[in-house]
Amino acid sequence: MTDINAYDASPEGEFRDYVALLKPRVMSLVVFTAFVGLWVAPGQVHPFIGFCAVLFIALGGGASGALNMWYDRDIDAVMNRTRSRPIPSGRVQESEALGLGIVLGTISVMMLGLVANWFAAGFLAFTIFFYAVVYTVWLKRSTPQNIVIGGAAGAFPPMIGWACATGGIGIESILMFMLIFVWTPPHFWALALFMKEDYHRAGVPMLTVTHGRRSTRRHILAYAVALAPFAIGLGLTSIGGPLYMAVSVVLNVAFLRGCWQIFRRSEDQAIADDYAVEKRVFRLSLYYLFLHFLALLVQSWLGGW
Amino acid sequence: MRIEHELHARRRSRNVGLGLVLLAFVALIFALTVVKVRQGDLMEAYDHQPRVSLTPLDTPAGAPAEETPAGVPAEEAP
Repeated sequence: MTDINAYDASPEGEFRDYVALLKPRVMSLVVFTAFVGLWVAPGQVHPFIGFCAVLFIALGGGASGALNMWYDRDIDAVMNRTRSRPIPSGRVQESEALGLGIVLGTISVMMLGLVANWFAAGFLAFTIFFYAVVYTVWLKRSTPQNIVIGGAAGAFPPMIGWACATGGIGIESILMFMLIFVWTPPHFWALALFMKEDYHRAGVPMLTVTHGRRSTRRHILAYAVALAPFAIGLGLTSIGGPLYMAVSVVLNVAFLRGCWQIFRRSEDQAIADDYAVEKRVFRLSLYYLFLHFLALLVQSWLGGW
Repeated sequence: MRIEHELHARRRSRNVGLGLVLLAFVALIFALTVVKVRQGDLMEAYDHQPRVSLTPLDTPAGAPAEETPAGVPAEEAP
Protein backbone atom coordinates (compact mmCIF):
# COMPACT_ATOMS: atom_id res chain seq x y z
CA MET A 1 0.00 0.00 0.00
CA THR A 2 1.32 3.40 -0.90
CA ASP A 3 1.29 6.20 1.60
CA ILE A 4 1.10 9.48 -0.25
CA ASN A 5 2.25 11.32 2.86
CA ALA A 6 5.70 9.87 2.31
CA TYR A 7 6.16 12.47 -0.48
CA ASP A 8 5.25 15.48 1.61
CA ALA A 9 8.82 16.27 2.61
CA SER A 10 10.06 15.89 -0.97
CA PRO A 11 12.62 18.56 -1.88
CA GLU A 12 11.30 18.86 -5.44
CA GLY A 13 11.01 22.49 -6.37
CA GLU A 14 8.89 24.42 -8.82
CA PHE A 15 10.25 26.05 -11.97
CA ARG A 16 10.48 29.41 -10.22
CA ASP A 17 12.81 27.93 -7.59
CA TYR A 18 15.33 27.21 -10.32
CA VAL A 19 14.84 30.72 -11.70
CA ALA A 20 15.50 32.07 -8.18
CA LEU A 21 18.88 30.30 -8.22
CA LEU A 22 19.92 32.66 -11.01
CA LYS A 23 19.39 35.75 -8.79
CA PRO A 24 17.01 37.60 -11.16
CA ARG A 25 17.42 40.94 -9.37
CA VAL A 26 21.18 40.89 -9.88
CA MET A 27 20.57 39.83 -13.48
CA SER A 28 18.50 42.97 -14.11
CA LEU A 29 21.57 45.13 -13.30
CA VAL A 30 23.71 42.93 -15.54
CA VAL A 31 21.20 43.21 -18.41
CA PHE A 32 20.99 46.99 -18.15
CA THR A 33 24.71 47.74 -17.87
CA ALA A 34 25.68 45.18 -20.54
CA PHE A 35 23.06 46.65 -22.87
CA VAL A 36 24.41 50.17 -22.34
CA GLY A 37 27.99 48.94 -22.91
CA LEU A 38 26.89 47.36 -26.18
CA TRP A 39 24.76 50.30 -27.27
CA VAL A 40 27.30 53.08 -26.73
CA ALA A 41 30.18 51.14 -28.33
CA PRO A 42 31.28 52.27 -31.79
CA GLY A 43 30.22 50.14 -34.73
CA GLN A 44 26.97 48.60 -35.86
CA VAL A 45 25.51 45.51 -34.24
CA HIS A 46 22.42 43.84 -35.67
CA PRO A 47 19.58 44.35 -33.13
CA PHE A 48 18.91 40.62 -32.84
CA ILE A 49 22.62 39.85 -32.37
CA GLY A 50 22.69 42.54 -29.68
CA PHE A 51 19.62 41.05 -27.99
CA CYS A 52 21.17 37.58 -27.98
CA ALA A 53 24.50 38.91 -26.68
CA VAL A 54 22.82 40.64 -23.72
CA LEU A 55 20.69 37.53 -23.09
CA PHE A 56 23.74 35.26 -22.86
CA ILE A 57 25.70 37.74 -20.75
CA ALA A 58 22.72 37.75 -18.35
CA LEU A 59 22.58 33.95 -18.45
CA GLY A 60 26.28 33.83 -17.57
CA GLY A 61 25.57 36.15 -14.64
CA GLY A 62 22.72 33.85 -13.59
CA ALA A 63 25.02 30.82 -13.78
CA SER A 64 27.52 32.46 -11.45
CA GLY A 65 24.60 33.26 -9.11
CA ALA A 66 23.65 29.56 -9.02
CA LEU A 67 27.26 28.56 -8.30
CA ASN A 68 27.38 31.19 -5.55
CA MET A 69 24.20 29.81 -3.97
CA TRP A 70 25.61 26.29 -4.19
CA TYR A 71 28.84 27.19 -2.40
CA ASP A 72 27.24 29.54 0.14
CA ARG A 73 24.44 27.15 1.17
CA ASP A 74 25.86 26.84 4.70
CA ILE A 75 25.98 30.63 5.19
CA ASP A 76 22.56 31.09 3.60
CA ALA A 77 21.03 28.63 6.07
CA VAL A 78 22.26 30.72 9.01
CA MET A 79 21.29 34.24 7.92
CA ASN A 80 17.70 35.46 8.15
CA ARG A 81 17.71 37.22 4.78
CA THR A 82 18.87 34.15 2.86
CA ARG A 83 17.26 31.34 4.85
CA SER A 84 14.36 31.02 2.41
CA ARG A 85 16.59 30.61 -0.68
CA PRO A 86 15.93 27.43 -2.70
CA ILE A 87 18.80 25.31 -1.30
CA PRO A 88 18.61 26.08 2.44
CA SER A 89 14.82 25.77 2.33
CA GLY A 90 15.22 22.29 0.79
CA ARG A 91 13.31 23.00 -2.44
CA VAL A 92 16.37 22.47 -4.65
CA GLN A 93 19.16 19.93 -4.09
CA GLU A 94 22.77 21.14 -3.81
CA SER A 95 23.88 19.00 -6.75
CA GLU A 96 21.09 20.44 -8.91
CA ALA A 97 22.29 24.00 -8.26
CA LEU A 98 25.90 23.02 -9.04
CA GLY A 99 24.84 21.24 -12.24
CA LEU A 100 22.62 24.13 -13.33
CA GLY A 101 25.42 26.65 -12.72
CA ILE A 102 28.01 24.67 -14.69
CA VAL A 103 25.68 23.85 -17.60
CA LEU A 104 24.25 27.37 -17.94
CA GLY A 105 27.73 28.88 -17.60
CA THR A 106 29.07 26.68 -20.38
CA ILE A 107 26.06 27.34 -22.64
CA SER A 108 26.24 31.10 -22.10
CA VAL A 109 29.99 31.29 -22.91
CA MET A 110 29.73 29.07 -26.01
CA MET A 111 26.66 30.91 -27.30
CA LEU A 112 28.20 34.34 -26.72
CA GLY A 113 31.25 33.20 -28.70
CA LEU A 114 29.04 32.08 -31.59
CA VAL A 115 26.73 35.11 -31.42
CA ALA A 116 29.32 37.88 -30.95
CA ASN A 117 33.01 37.00 -30.74
CA TRP A 118 35.36 34.80 -28.72
CA PHE A 119 37.03 37.68 -26.95
CA ALA A 120 33.69 38.63 -25.36
CA ALA A 121 33.03 34.94 -24.60
CA GLY A 122 36.41 34.60 -22.88
CA PHE A 123 35.65 37.73 -20.90
CA LEU A 124 32.31 36.25 -19.79
CA ALA A 125 34.03 33.00 -18.77
CA PHE A 126 36.53 34.99 -16.72
CA THR A 127 33.69 36.94 -15.06
CA ILE A 128 31.89 33.73 -14.06
CA PHE A 129 35.17 32.32 -12.72
CA PHE A 130 35.90 35.55 -10.86
CA TYR A 131 32.53 35.67 -9.11
CA ALA A 132 32.15 31.95 -8.41
CA VAL A 133 35.75 31.11 -7.47
CA VAL A 134 37.79 34.24 -6.70
CA TYR A 135 35.01 36.02 -4.80
CA THR A 136 32.74 33.27 -3.45
CA VAL A 137 35.31 30.57 -2.66
CA TRP A 138 38.50 32.51 -1.91
CA LEU A 139 37.74 36.00 -0.69
CA LYS A 140 34.24 36.24 0.75
CA ARG A 141 35.09 34.35 3.92
CA SER A 142 38.67 35.49 4.30
CA THR A 143 38.86 39.29 4.01
CA PRO A 144 36.68 42.27 4.96
CA GLN A 145 37.61 43.72 1.57
CA ASN A 146 35.43 41.00 -0.02
CA ILE A 147 32.90 43.56 -1.23
CA VAL A 148 35.59 45.63 -2.93
CA ILE A 149 37.07 42.76 -4.93
CA GLY A 150 33.76 41.00 -5.50
CA GLY A 151 32.43 44.25 -6.95
CA ALA A 152 34.64 43.64 -9.98
CA ALA A 153 32.44 40.74 -11.05
CA GLY A 154 29.41 43.06 -11.16
CA ALA A 155 31.45 45.67 -13.02
CA PHE A 156 32.48 43.49 -15.97
CA PRO A 157 29.12 43.31 -17.86
CA PRO A 158 29.38 46.73 -19.60
CA MET A 159 32.92 45.79 -20.66
CA ILE A 160 31.61 42.51 -22.09
CA GLY A 161 28.82 44.39 -23.89
CA TRP A 162 31.45 46.75 -25.34
CA ALA A 163 33.62 43.77 -26.33
CA CYS A 164 30.65 42.20 -28.16
CA ALA A 165 30.46 45.26 -30.43
CA THR A 166 34.16 46.08 -30.81
CA GLY A 167 35.97 42.81 -30.17
CA GLY A 168 38.22 44.47 -27.58
CA ILE A 169 38.43 46.99 -24.76
CA GLY A 170 38.80 50.76 -24.73
CA ILE A 171 39.26 53.59 -22.26
CA GLU A 172 35.47 54.05 -22.28
CA SER A 173 34.79 50.46 -21.28
CA ILE A 174 37.48 50.58 -18.59
CA LEU A 175 35.89 53.71 -17.12
CA MET A 176 32.43 52.08 -17.17
CA PHE A 177 34.01 49.20 -15.25
CA MET A 178 35.60 51.59 -12.75
CA LEU A 179 32.29 53.39 -12.27
CA ILE A 180 30.58 50.22 -11.01
CA PHE A 181 33.70 48.83 -9.30
CA VAL A 182 34.30 51.89 -7.10
CA TRP A 183 30.55 52.46 -6.58
CA THR A 184 29.95 48.98 -5.11
CA PRO A 185 31.73 49.37 -1.72
CA PRO A 186 30.00 52.57 -0.52
CA HIS A 187 26.68 51.24 -1.82
CA PHE A 188 27.00 47.97 0.06
CA TRP A 189 28.55 49.38 3.24
CA ALA A 190 25.75 51.96 3.54
CA LEU A 191 23.38 48.96 3.52
CA ALA A 192 25.56 47.06 6.01
CA LEU A 193 25.38 49.98 8.45
CA PHE A 194 21.61 49.76 8.85
CA MET A 195 20.85 46.13 7.97
CA LYS A 196 22.99 44.69 10.77
CA GLU A 197 23.00 41.24 9.20
CA ASP A 198 24.20 38.27 11.20
CA TYR A 199 27.32 37.89 9.03
CA HIS A 200 29.40 37.38 12.14
CA ARG A 201 27.46 34.26 13.07
CA ALA A 202 27.82 33.02 9.48
CA GLY A 203 31.59 33.55 9.63
CA VAL A 204 31.73 36.22 6.91
CA PRO A 205 34.14 39.05 7.80
CA MET A 206 32.27 42.29 7.14
CA LEU A 207 33.98 45.64 7.54
CA THR A 208 31.34 46.78 10.06
CA VAL A 209 32.28 43.82 12.28
CA THR A 210 36.04 43.50 11.74
CA HIS A 211 37.00 47.19 11.70
CA GLY A 212 33.99 48.76 13.39
CA ARG A 213 31.30 51.13 12.22
CA ARG A 214 33.46 54.27 12.56
CA SER A 215 35.97 52.81 10.11
CA THR A 216 33.15 51.77 7.75
CA ARG A 217 31.91 55.36 7.66
CA ARG A 218 35.44 56.54 6.77
CA HIS A 219 35.68 53.92 4.02
CA ILE A 220 32.34 55.02 2.53
CA LEU A 221 33.54 58.63 2.22
CA ALA A 222 36.94 57.60 0.81
CA TYR A 223 35.35 55.49 -1.92
CA ALA A 224 32.83 58.22 -2.78
CA VAL A 225 35.74 60.65 -3.26
CA ALA A 226 37.59 58.10 -5.41
CA LEU A 227 34.45 57.42 -7.45
CA ALA A 228 33.79 60.99 -8.66
CA PRO A 229 36.84 61.32 -11.00
CA PHE A 230 35.98 58.08 -12.79
CA ALA A 231 32.32 59.06 -13.21
CA ILE A 232 33.13 62.54 -14.48
CA GLY A 233 36.14 61.34 -16.49
CA LEU A 234 33.82 59.04 -18.42
CA GLY A 235 32.01 62.18 -19.60
CA LEU A 236 35.21 63.40 -21.28
CA THR A 237 35.55 60.31 -23.50
CA SER A 238 33.94 59.65 -26.87
CA ILE A 239 30.76 58.31 -25.25
CA GLY A 240 30.30 61.35 -22.98
CA GLY A 241 28.65 64.66 -23.73
CA PRO A 242 26.98 67.67 -22.12
CA LEU A 243 23.94 65.77 -20.85
CA TYR A 244 25.99 62.99 -19.27
CA MET A 245 28.34 65.53 -17.74
CA ALA A 246 25.49 67.55 -16.20
CA VAL A 247 23.85 64.40 -14.78
CA SER A 248 27.16 63.09 -13.46
CA VAL A 249 28.14 66.34 -11.73
CA VAL A 250 24.75 66.63 -9.99
CA LEU A 251 24.76 62.98 -8.89
CA ASN A 252 28.34 63.11 -7.64
CA VAL A 253 27.74 66.26 -5.63
CA ALA A 254 24.64 64.69 -4.05
CA PHE A 255 26.42 61.39 -3.37
CA LEU A 256 29.51 63.06 -1.88
CA ARG A 257 27.27 65.20 0.32
CA GLY A 258 25.40 62.12 1.56
CA CYS A 259 28.62 60.20 2.23
CA TRP A 260 30.07 63.22 4.04
CA GLN A 261 26.98 63.23 6.30
CA ILE A 262 27.44 59.49 6.96
CA PHE A 263 31.08 60.17 7.85
CA ARG A 264 30.18 62.97 10.25
CA ARG A 265 27.52 61.03 12.15
CA SER A 266 28.14 59.04 15.28
CA GLU A 267 26.48 55.69 15.86
CA ASP A 268 24.27 57.23 18.56
CA GLN A 269 22.97 59.88 16.15
CA ALA A 270 22.26 57.16 13.58
CA ILE A 271 20.36 55.02 16.08
CA ALA A 272 18.37 58.07 17.23
CA ASP A 273 16.83 58.62 13.78
CA ASP A 274 16.84 54.93 12.80
CA TYR A 275 19.65 55.31 10.25
CA ALA A 276 17.70 57.82 8.16
CA VAL A 277 20.79 59.25 6.42
CA GLU A 278 22.31 55.83 5.72
CA LYS A 279 19.03 54.63 4.22
CA ARG A 280 18.74 57.78 2.09
CA VAL A 281 22.30 57.43 0.77
CA PHE A 282 21.71 53.76 -0.02
CA ARG A 283 18.62 54.68 -2.08
CA LEU A 284 20.56 57.51 -3.71
CA SER A 285 23.35 55.08 -4.65
CA LEU A 286 20.85 52.96 -6.58
CA TYR A 287 19.68 56.01 -8.56
CA TYR A 288 23.32 57.10 -8.94
CA LEU A 289 24.31 54.05 -10.95
CA PHE A 290 21.06 53.73 -12.88
CA LEU A 291 21.02 57.40 -13.92
CA HIS A 292 24.69 57.39 -14.96
CA PHE A 293 24.09 54.51 -17.36
CA LEU A 294 20.77 55.95 -18.51
CA ALA A 295 22.55 59.24 -19.24
CA LEU A 296 25.14 57.36 -21.32
CA LEU A 297 22.33 55.73 -23.27
CA VAL A 298 20.50 59.01 -23.94
CA GLN A 299 23.77 60.80 -24.72
CA SER A 300 24.63 58.19 -27.31
CA TRP A 301 21.22 58.70 -28.88
CA LEU A 302 21.63 62.50 -28.88
CA GLY A 303 25.25 62.42 -30.01
CA GLY A 304 28.31 63.28 -27.93
CA TRP A 305 30.74 66.16 -27.86
CA MET B 1 -12.75 12.19 -8.28
CA ARG B 2 -8.95 12.19 -7.96
CA ILE B 3 -7.40 15.11 -6.22
CA GLU B 4 -4.00 16.04 -7.65
CA HIS B 5 -1.21 15.93 -5.14
CA GLU B 6 0.73 19.15 -4.73
CA LEU B 7 3.89 17.33 -5.72
CA HIS B 8 2.50 16.75 -9.20
CA ALA B 9 1.67 20.43 -9.59
CA ARG B 10 5.30 21.27 -8.79
CA ARG B 11 6.55 18.69 -11.29
CA ARG B 12 4.22 20.04 -13.98
CA SER B 13 5.47 23.56 -13.32
CA ARG B 14 9.05 22.34 -13.89
CA ASN B 15 8.18 20.36 -17.01
CA VAL B 16 6.18 23.15 -18.64
CA GLY B 17 8.85 25.73 -17.73
CA LEU B 18 11.67 23.62 -19.16
CA GLY B 19 9.64 22.86 -22.28
CA LEU B 20 9.05 26.55 -22.92
CA VAL B 21 12.73 27.36 -22.34
CA LEU B 22 13.79 24.68 -24.84
CA LEU B 23 11.28 25.88 -27.43
CA ALA B 24 12.49 29.45 -26.99
CA PHE B 25 16.09 28.25 -27.42
CA VAL B 26 15.24 26.47 -30.67
CA ALA B 27 13.46 29.59 -31.98
CA LEU B 28 16.43 31.72 -30.95
CA ILE B 29 18.96 29.50 -32.78
CA PHE B 30 16.77 29.51 -35.89
CA ALA B 31 16.42 33.30 -35.88
CA LEU B 32 20.14 33.69 -35.22
CA THR B 33 20.97 31.45 -38.18
CA VAL B 34 18.73 33.53 -40.45
CA VAL B 35 20.37 36.77 -39.28
CA LYS B 36 23.92 35.39 -39.63
CA VAL B 37 23.29 34.01 -43.12
CA ARG B 38 21.74 37.27 -44.27
CA GLN B 39 24.78 39.14 -42.95
CA GLY B 40 26.93 36.95 -45.18
CA ASP B 41 28.94 35.43 -42.34
CA LEU B 42 31.17 32.49 -43.14
CA MET B 43 29.10 29.35 -42.78
CA GLU B 44 31.76 26.82 -43.81
CA ALA B 45 34.64 25.59 -41.73
CA TYR B 46 38.03 24.52 -43.07
CA ASP B 47 38.06 20.75 -43.48
CA HIS B 48 41.67 20.33 -44.65
CA GLN B 49 40.71 20.59 -48.33
CA PRO B 50 41.15 24.12 -49.74
CA ARG B 51 38.16 25.35 -51.72
CA VAL B 52 37.36 28.52 -53.65
CA SER B 53 34.57 29.44 -51.25
CA LEU B 54 37.10 29.70 -48.41
CA THR B 55 39.63 31.97 -50.16
CA PRO B 56 39.91 35.45 -48.66
CA LEU B 57 37.44 37.97 -50.04
CA ASP B 58 40.07 40.71 -50.29
CA THR B 59 41.92 39.17 -53.28
CA PRO B 60 42.64 42.10 -55.67
CA ALA B 61 40.22 42.32 -58.57
CA GLY B 62 41.64 40.69 -61.70
CA ALA B 63 44.32 38.75 -59.81
CA PRO B 64 44.08 35.03 -60.47
CA ALA B 65 43.07 33.18 -57.31
CA GLU B 66 45.54 30.46 -56.37
CA GLU B 67 43.74 27.18 -56.55
CA THR B 68 44.94 23.73 -55.79
CA PRO B 69 43.97 21.20 -58.46
CA ALA B 70 41.25 18.91 -57.23
CA GLY B 71 42.55 15.83 -55.52
CA VAL B 72 46.08 17.21 -54.99
CA PRO B 73 47.04 17.94 -51.37
CA ALA B 74 47.93 21.62 -50.81
CA GLU B 75 51.54 20.91 -49.80
CA GLU B 76 52.20 18.97 -53.03
CA ALA B 77 50.73 21.58 -55.37
CA PRO B 78 53.28 23.42 -57.63
